[in-house]
Amino acid sequence: METVTLQDYKTSEKSWWCPGCGDFGVLAALQKTLVKLGIPPHRVAIVAGIGCSGKMGNYINSYNIHVVHGRTLPSALGVKLANRDLLVIAAGGDGDGFAIGMNHFVHAVRRNIGVKYIVMDNHIYGLTKGQNSPTSDHGQKVKAAPFGNVESPVRPLSLALTAGATYVAQGFSSNQAQLARLTEGAIAHPGFAFVNVLSPCVTYNKVNTYDFYKQMLHDLDEDPDYQPDSRGGAIAAVLEREELVTGLIYHDPRSVAYEDALPGFAEQPLAGRDITLGQEDFAELLASYR
Amino acid sequence: MPKSLAWMIGGDQGEGIDATGDVFGRVLSRLGYCIYGYRHFSSRIKGGHTNFTVRIAADRVLAPQANVEVLVALTQETIDRNGHLLLSGAPLLADSQLKPVLPDGCEARLVEIPLTQFVREVGAAVVRNMVAVGGSAALFGLPLDAFEAYAREKFERKGETVALQNVEALRRGHAFIEELGLRGRFSLPAPRPRERYLMTGNDSLALGALAAGCRIMAAYPITPATDIMENLAGLFPRFGGAVCQMEDELAAITLVIGANYAGARAMTATSGPGFSLMQEGIGLASMAEIPAVVVDTQRVGPSTGMPTKNEQSDLLAAVFGGHGEGQRIVIAPGTAVQAFEDGFEAFNLADRYQCPVIVLSDLALAQWLQSVENLPLGGHAIDRGAIVAQEELDRLTGEFERYRLTEDGISPRALPGMPKGQFLATGVEHASSGKVSEAPQNRISQMEKRSRKLDPLRARAGAIETSRMDDAEVAIVCFGSIVGAVDEAVELLRQEGVRAGRVQVRQLWPMPDIPLATALGGAAKVLVAEQNATGEMRQLMRIAGLEDDRYRSLVHFDGTLLTPGRVVAAVQELSVKEGV
Repeated sequence: METVTLQDYKTSEKSWWCPGCGDFGVLAALQKTLVKLGIPPHRVAIVAGIGCSGKMGNYINSYNIHVVHGRTLPSALGVKLANRDLLVIAAGGDGDGFAIGMNHFVHAVRRNIGVKYIVMDNHIYGLTKGQNSPTSDHGQKVKAAPFGNVESPVRPLSLALTAGATYVAQGFSSNQAQLARLTEGAIAHPGFAFVNVLSPCVTYNKVNTYDFYKQMLHDLDEDPDYQPDSRGGAIAAVLEREELVTGLIYHDPRSVAYEDALPGFAEQPLAGRDITLGQEDFAELLASYR
Repeated sequence: MPKSLAWMIGGDQGEGIDATGDVFGRVLSRLGYCIYGYRHFSSRIKGGHTNFTVRIAADRVLAPQANVEVLVALTQETIDRNGHLLLSGAPLLADSQLKPVLPDGCEARLVEIPLTQFVREVGAAVVRNMVAVGGSAALFGLPLDAFEAYAREKFERKGETVALQNVEALRRGHAFIEELGLRGRFSLPAPRPRERYLMTGNDSLALGALAAGCRIMAAYPITPATDIMENLAGLFPRFGGAVCQMEDELAAITLVIGANYAGARAMTATSGPGFSLMQEGIGLASMAEIPAVVVDTQRVGPSTGMPTKNEQSDLLAAVFGGHGEGQRIVIAPGTAVQAFEDGFEAFNLADRYQCPVIVLSDLALAQWLQSVENLPLGGHAIDRGAIVAQEELDRLTGEFERYRLTEDGISPRALPGMPKGQFLATGVEHASSGKVSEAPQNRISQMEKRSRKLDPLRARAGAIETSRMDDAEVAIVCFGSIVGAVDEAVELLRQEGVRAGRVQVRQLWPMPDIPLATALGGAAKVLVAEQNATGEMRQLMRIAGLEDDRYRSLVHFDGTLLTPGRVVAAVQELSVKEGV
């Protein structure tokens, strides 16, 4: 194992996040986990979306690609397929992942791509100054919905579980020790690992605050009656508590990643492989057009 | 003897009309003829009229012919719709079961052939089409054994009985025409046998991409681009690559960007509607300077348009689509050989210039069969462009400057996995380090850097191709698949004493203004021919300063492929009106 320090993962960039933002906790937990696992920064690619959470890549000294709104997961799949030796992490918010990018979330889940997806879920659009997000509560009043949100929220955990996710966890940004553990589990998981993080927006969300979560969250990791090995049990647990849970919710030990299931797909990274086509192969391919 | 002959088969969709056209064309190709196989079809799976025409010549043909010499009709609708394409006395082979009737004014010779009855006698595994192919072989006086050999080869894997039944079907059809005394009713010009392949532009483009080292293809199915995905899905597993059928084109383009960022060669292929969806992603590739190859096989637009008809109306969207001012390279092949070349070269351009490269194909090129000689694998070398050396990264004391301001605007990139090369690639405006910057001076430097890197392309070798231009008084400028029709028109015009020549623009952006101005310098008239309503290429030429009182437009946008006759007529009209 190479010696990797926290310093290796720091950048010179000053954070744009508001003081007290939940995303600091997510970043810190991720950096600590990478250091603990001894993964050098050049072996990590972070694909970030648009929004406050999308700035993640600005503050961590890995390879970073900051893409268009909502498309972190297909971009991350591209990175993984090009170089499967990389640890590929997609990071985004609830708007990026469950509004504009919802489509890709469900498909990434069912493909079981070898990407770790960390969502910083603050139940609000922060960067555009406080509109309801797809995870905002029913009735939530904001400037763009002054009479209250008439829509029901997306339930990310239930959605992932029913779509066939093989690793589902939820963390809380002020419980860094647990979040680091969940992130570590995600990294070790072959296939798509989804870590939803309840990450309060201190500026625009006056409902889903640190205090709110401290009161409401039930820690399944500490629940002796809970076993994260049954999809049905997991769905029941998150439904019962309206997703106000933390911990490892579900884990399928038989998970096979998309890139391992692709027929004939190279076991070594495509980047760096000899890509010239042999004259004999070419002649054979041409012959099929006679 | 005519230079070429055309054979058409028509019926309902789902009856194997395309497959039959393919068989007829392939056997003729093996016999040494040059083939152009084109079809008429609709966006439905079964039912509705469809037809396939095989144009047969001794030399290269790449355009439809106005009339057909033989029509095989499996439905009365085929006769009603296409009977007028036959000249007086030309044979119309129709299934006698149809009780076929010629439409008013059609002077074709109706030959009723008991296709259905023969099929019933020969066996269930045979379709009427094979009997008709046998009959057609007789009409053209072609050796039946070539057809039999092909049928055996094609049906071998379905078992010996099936193969034998198909051979028997061919024989029945052949014997029937022979008994009518129609064998050799048409004689074909002497063939010039060569090593030839019969393929579509989608086929050759996919091969070009494979040869260039593309190993990831992400796409969403869409007519007429899907064959590229399907071809590569069959090929890639053998070479360690993967085709990803995505949930939409937004996912396809961003997967391609991710893969190219991480050092693989990756592409997507789509048509107009999908291309519109990709515009935001293409902008990201421009801004973050990430190579990306996007094939747009154009069809009629806007919106769903006419999905199975021809048009070249995405040109301005290819060059200027999307918000902001992003840099793109747009190239347009016109033949299957060029589709191979561009399918290969697109990856070199993308890597060298670190930007999106759009390959503008079109329906006729993408889906219609043409004879190909010598796909030149040897003529191309893979060029991955500027990638920073690991030793250079190892020597760095500070951070790697991915977007360093360089004289030619191209900054070497690091690939994820290279130690000490970490950087942020972002669609946000950034400084030379990759870090976000909104400083006015930085904005100007980075915009100028991204723009100037494409300047040398204005004079790129191969950006235009000319034919018969040495003494041309009329220059016909075109791009894409209509080059075949234009070339044929040039020959027809020359037979009539009009000194015409052709200039094909293969790189549409950056517009190769310098070579174009030179090529067009001696022409008294310049006719810009394109398959769209607003003269999109002419607009681009105007922007590049290529406009004066010699320029005229020929626009064609009814969904059919431009014919040589239409081009000839347009030039003749110029001559009459303006006295060339």
